Amino acid sequence: MTEQAIKNISASELVTEVLHLKHENWRLMQIHATKLKADEPSYEISYSFVKEYELYNLRIVVTPETEIMSISDIYEPAFIYENEITALFDLNIKMISLDYHGNLYRLNNKTPFK
Amino acid sequence: MSTRSVVPFGPQHPVLPEPIHLDLVLEDETVVEAIPSIGFIHRGLEKLVEQRDFQDYVYVAERICGICSFMHGMGYCESVEHIMDIEVPDRAKYLRTIWCEFSRLHSHLLWLGLLADAFGFESLFMHSWRLREKILDMFEISTGGRLIFSVNKVGGVRKDMDSDMLHQFETTLVDMEKDMRELTKTFLNDYSVKTRLKGIGILSKQEAFDLGAAGPFMRASGIALDNRKLGYAAYGNLDFEPIISNECDCYARCYVRTQELFQSVDLIRQAIAKIPAGEISAPVKGFPKGEYFMRVEQPRGEGLYYVKGNGTKFLDRVRVRTPTFANLPAMLKTLKGAQLADVPILILTIDPCISCTER
Repeated sequence: MTEQAIKNISASELVTEVLHLKHENWRLMQIHATKLKADEPSYEISYSFVKEYELYNLRIVVTPETEIMSISDIYEPAFIYENEITALFDLNIKMISLDYHGNLYRLNNKTPFK
Repeated sequence: MSTRSVVPFGPQHPVLPEPIHLDLVLEDETVVEAIPSIGFIHRGLEKLVEQRDFQDYVYVAERICGICSFMHGMGYCESVEHIMDIEVPDRAKYLRTIWCEFSRLHSHLLWLGLLADAFGFESLFMHSWRLREKILDMFEISTGGRLIFSVNKVGGVRKDMDSDMLHQFETTLVDMEKDMRELTKTFLNDYSVKTRLKGIGILSKQEAFDLGAAGPFMRASGIALDNRKLGYAAYGNLDFEPIISNECDCYARCYVRTQELFQSVDLIRQAIAKIPAGEISAPVKGFPKGEYFMRVEQPRGEGLYYVKGNGTKFLDRVRVRTPTFANLPAMLKTLKGAQLADVPILILTIDPCISCTER
């Protein structure tokens, strides 16, 4: 098995870091969010990239108010993962190339993972 | 300039076994834009992990999808086993590999049948599914189930296969291989099939890479990646190479899947030849703490299972990234420029699984 690297960065560094990976020919594999157990609501978002069989993750920790820049202009398929996070966690992702505004899924309970 | 019109496609459509909706923007008969709309059957299975014991959650993971149910159960179990440092017995790893390849055969034969049905070749559809029944029979003999098996557990598997059973499977696979050669001959050489698939839905190697395509859809665009090469279960002890095509069209996707049928049979034979005697599960002590990204090669492509444990019996997070979810952006690319009549075939060639996508 290959090693699993996770690099913790701030939300403001995200676009720069992702651009580096794009230039190094990493492929976006997925993005997902996890709600953290803390007094104040906070979430970590993991961006997974693969090169051949190697896996590399960028991770940011955000609050519901944090503005997160979309990476869909850098990695086109990111739009689908970012829309999923918006629909399930109600996080504040800006400038998604194809934005469903929280309606990717038709849910009875809005933002169930919030 | 041609008039543009918007044609709604789905969520109910004869070629779609599950609901997905597309707004197709057309100029005459040519698709210039496709906007997807999913979310008709979102079940929140990832959320359920917060209320289920991590060992019980295997049953939930299996129910993500009826076609890759074994793979979902195994992917989840392997990710938890990594966190808990559980050394799964070798025999269990080989058993998992055999069931994984049965799942691939089952899924690809199902897909081939659906493809034949989509272009109106009913006898080919029936032959594909007749063969699929034999795989389901072998599943039933070895697990007791035909779609949901419940043989995976954290630490190994629940059921063993004795040597008589393995020998019986080998014999069945010899017969099946002959039938699959006949089937493949028709899929790859028939004039009508070629006419519907050749040169349709081109996705270049660079586009497949940039758009994050996965599985046979990606390999049909010339990218030789297959997560079984990571060596999970017993794949590290088996010889195989990813099957690719450089044609990049619907025909290439059909070609890759037909060849993967024979690859799966070969892998099962190798696993049966090498399977060691011994235990089929290891004891589980304590609760998972930590996180792990587990990648497997499902029939439809790369699947990711992320688990995060907090040291209690309830996990903080389970995330399942399924191949269909990853294939949607690339599918949209293939639709642009396509003829309206080819849209059903194009959607089908990614082998969409909406149950997986919406979990």
